[in-house]
Amino acid sequence: MSKPIIATTSLAGCFGCHMSLLDIDERILELAELVEFNKSPINDIKKFTKKCDVGLIEGGVCNSENIHVLKDFRENCKILVSVGECAIMGGLPALRNNIPLRECLEEAYLDGPSVENNEERIIPNDEELPLILDKVYPCHEVVKIDIHLPGCPPSADMIYEALVSLITGKELKVPYEAFKYD
Amino acid sequence: MSKVLNFTIDGVICMAEKGQTILNAATANKIYIPTLCNLPGLKPRGSCRVCNVKVNGKFLTACTTPVAEGMEIENNSEDIIDIRKSIIELLLVEGNHYCPYCEKSGNCDLQAIAYKYNIPAPRFPYQFPDRDIEATNGKLLKDHNRCILCKRCIRGIKDEDGKSIFAFKRRGHKVIINIDTRLSANMTDEMAQEAMDICPVGAIIKKEIGFKVPIGERKYDKEPIGSDIEEIKATTI
Amino acid sequence: MKKDVKSIIAKYNKDETRLMDILIDIQDSLGFISPEAIDVISEDLNLSHVDVEQTISFYHFFSMTPLGKYNIYLNNSAVANMMGCAEVAKVFEEEAGSKFGEVSKDGQLGMFYTSCIGMNDQEPAAIINGMVFTRLTKFRAREIISDIKAGKNVEEMYVASYGDGANSNQLIKSVVSNNIRKIGPILSPKAEYGSALKKIIKLSPDEIIDEVKLSNIRGRGGAGFPTGLKWEFCRKAPGDRKYIFCNADEGEPGTFKDRVLLTERPKRLLEGMAIAGYAVGAEEGIIYLRYEYKYLEEYLENVIREAREANFLGKDICKKKGFNFDVRIQFGAGAYVCGEESALIESAEGKRGEPRDRPPFPVEKGYLNKPTIVNNVETLSSVTQIINNGGEWYRSFGTRESTGTKVLSVSGDCLHPGVYEVEWGFSVNDILDLVGTMGDVQAVQVGGPSGRCIAPYDFNRILGYEDLATGGSLIIIGKQRDLLKDIVLNFMDFFVEESCGSCTPCRSLSVIYRDKLKKILKGRGVQKDLDDMYAWRHIMKGNRCGLGQTALNPILTTLRNFPELYEARIQKNKTFDEGFDIHSALKDSFEITGRKSF
Repeated sequence: MSKPIIATTSLAGCFGCHMSLLDIDERILELAELVEFNKSPINDIKKFTKKCDVGLIEGGVCNSENIHVLKDFRENCKILVSVGECAIMGGLPALRNNIPLRECLEEAYLDGPSVENNEERIIPNDEELPLILDKVYPCHEVVKIDIHLPGCPPSADMIYEALVSLITGKELKVPYEAFKYD
Repeated sequence: MSKVLNFTIDGVICMAEKGQTILNAATANKIYIPTLCNLPGLKPRGSCRVCNVKVNGKFLTACTTPVAEGMEIENNSEDIIDIRKSIIELLLVEGNHYCPYCEKSGNCDLQAIAYKYNIPAPRFPYQFPDRDIEATNGKLLKDHNRCILCKRCIRGIKDEDGKSIFAFKRRGHKVIINIDTRLSANMTDEMAQEAMDICPVGAIIKKEIGFKVPIGERKYDKEPIGSDIEEIKATTI
Repeated sequence: MKKDVKSIIAKYNKDETRLMDILIDIQDSLGFISPEAIDVISEDLNLSHVDVEQTISFYHFFSMTPLGKYNIYLNNSAVANMMGCAEVAKVFEEEAGSKFGEVSKDGQLGMFYTSCIGMNDQEPAAIINGMVFTRLTKFRAREIISDIKAGKNVEEMYVASYGDGANSNQLIKSVVSNNIRKIGPILSPKAEYGSALKKIIKLSPDEIIDEVKLSNIRGRGGAGFPTGLKWEFCRKAPGDRKYIFCNADEGEPGTFKDRVLLTERPKRLLEGMAIAGYAVGAEEGIIYLRYEYKYLEEYLENVIREAREANFLGKDICKKKGFNFDVRIQFGAGAYVCGEESALIESAEGKRGEPRDRPPFPVEKGYLNKPTIVNNVETLSSVTQIINNGGEWYRSFGTRESTGTKVLSVSGDCLHPGVYEVEWGFSVNDILDLVGTMGDVQAVQVGGPSGRCIAPYDFNRILGYEDLATGGSLIIIGKQRDLLKDIVLNFMDFFVEESCGSCTPCRSLSVIYRDKLKKILKGRGVQKDLDDMYAWRHIMKGNRCGLGQTALNPILTTLRNFPELYEARIQKNKTFDEGFDIHSALKDSFEITGRKSF
């Protein structure tokens, strides 16, 4: 029987959730035995090479590229998991949700206290850059999400238990201390 | 305790004093009923609705309803649990609750009940309401994003003449807690601390001090809310 | 200014429980409740600012910023829209050059939408500076704005003859019509004023309560609690003072029958209140009257004065030693929830109209914590007739479960909207035959937005507590209407606006349902939305009051009775759509960057 295949990505996140995945320590060896990784920053596979069983999404949806990636994941993964507060509800990036986009950009590139050397008052606008959305959206508002793993980041224990449960079909049991929003 | 009334909660035989609310009697019988707006010492108001229990097919708030002889109370039936979870989820989406950087995280009753009921994410769409943070007061920060409108501050914090420092303003989903600028300007450090402590979430924050107790060592980090009341300790969820 | 405010407060003896009256008087005399006025109120009543503001900000007709010299409150409830309110509103805006929801820059004119003002049988209607204007048309809207620009008095702006009956009374002088289409024993002009009082002075309070119980009358406001039982509870409740409240808040959209009873049979109501006072041992009666009916104030005050002169109110009524009872009017200020009895009491005490926790019930601890009865206008008026003719007589009307008659307010797509007094037991079809329909009837809204929207296959059901209970509102909805958009969405907006904000599910879930409906109307709905709306319905049972428990009824009853309307609007080829729209999400970005694609 072939191994279940996992893909991961980070949208508007800080890679903290990926770090937490690595925090499962030596259990990563067990995991490597159990599963195969496809598209993921962990192995640097940039494009889906086959259909996956589980997709782990870190981060919310803040720009046009995020939408593209998220939809790509939905198409290629049987089960999609929102990992962490940003994927679930926007998290820290969603702090901007009630500030108009123009104000955000002007603060970041023109008027903020940390802005230096921008005499020409340029807001970056290269064709290569993704377009920023009016606010940060939870992943489940853009595509169907099957499972939510809360936390900032979710604890290594929870990520591990969740993966094992998804792979083996066993009921997910998380110890109280491992289930947190912070 | 003068045990004059007999009643049951989920079939468990309990006793209560006459006039005691279902909530207080349950606590005395070591049964936990979750609450957000209730606080011992304050007149109950029944506004958060989390303590709903079922009696004779009717939903009643345990914090405001007195026990009657022979009452058969459901505290753990499926529909009760679902109503409670729904309310917690509604509160999570109607405000902006960013737990990761909230000073109250780990000490927050809303979060703790969500943990207890194992809510990974709310079933309702996030509203992302446009709400203010008021920082003009010298001692307090009022973060309306996190307010769950439980009225604890309204009921619990008064000035020396008994006047309200906090009150509701507007109605419906536009309702907010209004702070009296004049009266709150005279608050002592103790009153400000009391206001912060009385708030079940992180909507009232005392200025100048933060994260004194680190995340991981807070009230609900190790044990679920209600563990102090329940005899049988829940270890897993 | 300060002197005016101080004298108003002094008029109410610096009594904080009279805060509503104080605020209404200040609003009426100054045009708004200014920060300076709030200063004076909080000082004189020894309240904090936020305590005063919590009451002001609860009520629709109070304002903390200046309103216009003229203020148009245009009803935009469902039936008003059916009758052309939107067209009229458009003309008002075009002619005035300002928008609804704001005051014009010169401070001359404020225009605001308001929920049902009790004129559903003569819509579109508006209240302008306290006077009611009915049957508005585009032409009338142009005239009104031009009169306002010319600085005319509101009285000069009336162009129609006054309405029928007492509407033309010197103290009312209103264009409002009664539209009484069917008279029964409660609306009947027969029976001499005071005859019931003359009868009861020979009876004991218990005998009166027994007579009311014998009649089997139940509360006519909508909840249907047995009146005799309520009186008995209140009579038995210990208390040095007791109160009789008449609930004349009539806020359920589509209901206007109490307005007609108050206009045409106010003495029958006063008599009923005095009977209640005698039966339970209360000496004070309070009519809680909705602000929308303020145009009846002088007239009703005069009726009360006449009643005192005739010794039907006041001391030793009908010369019976110790039978003392008097009545005053307490105005609300625009809040539907105040029709709920405990919210009404809170409001009458000068507070926000938030329903109370029960127990204790008002009959034990009500107004000022004293035993209190709250009865609807129609209930109290019926009691007078029950005493006049006997409980047995009353039971000869209606059905076994639902005795007596019901005064109905019928509006919508029908030939003769108005007030009909019928025996309980009429079917919806009987009512349709009675009022005359225009074309095919798609649905009938029974009991207002908090009631039920029923489909033709249910039109043979009967009005009564055993089947279709109603506070009296029937809205007839023709085939030509877009039921979900024109009616259901309007009702949901109403409940979102009128929630007091205290209980979480009512405050929050009604918004989520409203938004789901909007999404479906935009064509973005999927089957999951319908499943969710069905699955989440029980959450509202966790609310405290009747408003909260019924606030989703517009959606829930149409979802049950008209599922095909929802199914026709959802996307068949999709199972997931949360309404995310990339083009609107990128709109700002396109504008800022000048790019056109992504």
